[in-house]
Amino acid sequence: MVDRIERHYAVFGRDVWGLLGFLALALIAFAAAAPQFLTAANFSSMAFQVSDLGLLTLAMLMPIISGGFNLAIIATANLSGLTLAWILNLNGGPQAGVLAFAGGAAAALAVGGASGAAMGATIAFLGAHPILASLAMMIFLRGLGEYLTRGGDISGFPDFLGEVGHGELLGVPVPMLVLVGAALFWHFLLSHTRHGFAVTMIGSNARAAEYSGVPVKRTITLVYALSGMMCALAGILMLTRFNSVRVGHGDSLLLVTVLACFLGGVDPFGGFGRVAPVFVALLILQTLSSGLNLLGANQHLSTAVWGLFLIAVMSLRWAGPVLAKLLKRTKE
Amino acid sequence: MPVAEHDESAADAAPAIRFDRVSVTFGGVRALDGVSFEVDRGEVHCLAGENGSGKSTLIKVVAGVYRPEPGAHMEYFGRPETTVTPQLARRRGVAVIWQDLALFPEMTVAENIAFDHLVGGMRLVEHGAIRKIAESALARLGVDLDLGARLNKLPIARRQLAAIARALASDAKLIFMDEPTASLTQAETDMLLDVVRTLSASGVAIVFVSHRLAEVLEVSSRATVLRDGRLVGVFEAAGLSQTRLTELMTGKQFDQRISARSFAAAPAVLSVEDLSRHGEYEGVNLALRAGEVVGLVGLIGAGRTELAHTLFGMTRPDRGAIRLNGRNIAFRNNRDAIAAGVAYVSEDRLALGLVQQQSIADNLVITRLRAISNAAGAISRAKKAAAVAKGVTDLAIKIGRPADAVSTLSGGNQQRVVLAKWLATSPKALILDCPTVGVDVGARDGIYRIIRRLAESGIAILLISDEVSEAFFNADRVLHMAAGRIVGDYDPRSVSLADLESAVYA
Repeated sequence: MVDRIERHYAVFGRDVWGLLGFLALALIAFAAAAPQFLTAANFSSMAFQVSDLGLLTLAMLMPIISGGFNLAIIATANLSGLTLAWILNLNGGPQAGVLAFAGGAAAALAVGGASGAAMGATIAFLGAHPILASLAMMIFLRGLGEYLTRGGDISGFPDFLGEVGHGELLGVPVPMLVLVGAALFWHFLLSHTRHGFAVTMIGSNARAAEYSGVPVKRTITLVYALSGMMCALAGILMLTRFNSVRVGHGDSLLLVTVLACFLGGVDPFGGFGRVAPVFVALLILQTLSSGLNLLGANQHLSTAVWGLFLIAVMSLRWAGPVLAKLLKRTKE
Repeated sequence: MPVAEHDESAADAAPAIRFDRVSVTFGGVRALDGVSFEVDRGEVHCLAGENGSGKSTLIKVVAGVYRPEPGAHMEYFGRPETTVTPQLARRRGVAVIWQDLALFPEMTVAENIAFDHLVGGMRLVEHGAIRKIAESALARLGVDLDLGARLNKLPIARRQLAAIARALASDAKLIFMDEPTASLTQAETDMLLDVVRTLSASGVAIVFVSHRLAEVLEVSSRATVLRDGRLVGVFEAAGLSQTRLTELMTGKQFDQRISARSFAAAPAVLSVEDLSRHGEYEGVNLALRAGEVVGLVGLIGAGRTELAHTLFGMTRPDRGAIRLNGRNIAFRNNRDAIAAGVAYVSEDRLALGLVQQQSIADNLVITRLRAISNAAGAISRAKKAAAVAKGVTDLAIKIGRPADAVSTLSGGNQQRVVLAKWLATSPKALILDCPTVGVDVGARDGIYRIIRRLAESGIAILLISDEVSEAFFNADRVLHMAAGRIVGDYDPRSVSLADLESAVYA
């Protein structure tokens, strides 16, 4: 039994049940308040919307577990999207074929990975602070993107891309499938591989990890390269969903990804964090914003509610052990 | 209680503190069981006991952090108290200097000393007043510190003086010092003892809390010894030896015998020739033979750890050769060294030896990730569990669950985890940098036996130690390092411990 609990913790972390409880509560509340909430159409639209934020949150998650941060996620996603758009336009724009898309997507992933690797190497080998290094990368990528697009939109892509961005497979939106696949891959990487092991150790104590023979610099470079590739995947998905690319697209999501990580129990100081609870946290955030939207609330209000929600969760996390202690004392 | 306030004559004669029948229980564990503790005014007192003996709990009771169970008698300078809070204890003149000193490294010496006058209230900070408070506290200590220097620019011994001055600045009359000599050289310890004598003469009582008390016994008048939460007794310090004290603390008898053997014929596993690194060590020659334990002693700053870092591939020498099994090698990093069969147990177990927050299991396999994973990098759960089980059994580590944080283990068991993770790499040469720092006296013996067993299995061992006696009794040969050079090579069978100690601590 103890073993099974351990294994459960290993996958889901310690407070996934609390988060699921929150999710259930939010679902019930909105179902009661808004009749349209419990419809297939609503859930489908939620699934479409959560995917961008979800992929970007995964891109933020790995650097945070390694004890770092990546402020360049949106800029990386945008520039990767531009790379894909550029290759599609070179190959006839709306007439571009599947091959051009595949090549463009590969190039986008390469751009994302390379910019991430450059940032990671700066952090690992030069000892730059992750916030500063990624801030510099963000400014550089934004500037580069704005220079290339002159601040405008790029659009006019082949129709079949809509099948990716708006299609469904066996009734499940394709972007949701992409997110689930990416989350499973991230979970495997973080919990079952040498790389993931090194990331958590470095996140807790990089010097002790180095003394034990963990390749710290290589691992940190890889963390940001992988994060950049995850950004690229988000950029590709955003292109197919909006049928356009623009620098600054999704800027508002940057800090929401941090929110989702902390809501999912990731230690802001590194070393601890699981994909599963972060995934549940994403669902909660999406439920809150979709539900409030259905109730006719302003979009800005839902942002405010997210903030309040995080404060509430932090208070409960603090109060939990205190309450348990009090309960134990009264029992005695 | 105005009567007690003015009854100075009776209070003057009373001891600084008198505690009786102190019992504290934590979740079913009896941390203190009917303990009495008394310290006279101006007395230098030792509070001795192993980790877990209850000495920190007792300090926290005196400092008002923990409340003892009903029935305890608590008295400060002749005034009985029923409930003690940290604020009250401080007002009565009790100060505790913990091992980590709890100072502010980014602030100046003066700001640190006057800190308790700075906090609280919305007052402007008067720099002149801060200086004055700091100066008068240092004058009482009879020492000189650069008041404007940032604390983190000072060596640890001087920071400690700043911590004592801070206690004085807030009118402490009874100062507890937790493991005060743990990271001091002999000269620094002597300086501290001088300060303690000055304080004692001026009526301030000092309680040393430690499990290594040889140095402080000479200035102390009495020692209170605790074991498993009970009072063993209060002893006159005169005539009390470290060996006797250890027996009292552990309730066991230790026989320390020289275990040195000759290895001149054995092949050298790891050797260095004329090894130098600017500012760290100079012209070092040494050879570690298979099965041999070589002790390396010297003062802090002699270059021992720096030399170890080079042998472990963490730094590169400017000059000289390193040979492993007779072949010249150059390590690019410590992963090269580990692959070649060199392992290094750091002196700083908290920051470098283990990833404290992470699990026992992960700390045990961290050096062997490739062996428990496949070519694609996926870790096998079964192989990991087997590796963990092997480490735990081989070194008889007492653990709860492998998933518990390694920080939950005692110092001795943590050190066993460190040893286990390095033994898993099948090292040919093992460098132990102060392997018993923060390990209880009773648990040290276990570490020494492991070291002996490893040597017998053919591993060449370099035992770096702060305590000459540790190297003397556990090594086959003792090297003395001073100012970056190896200045002596001793055979414990042909030199006395006293001679060796006076050579090193001169």
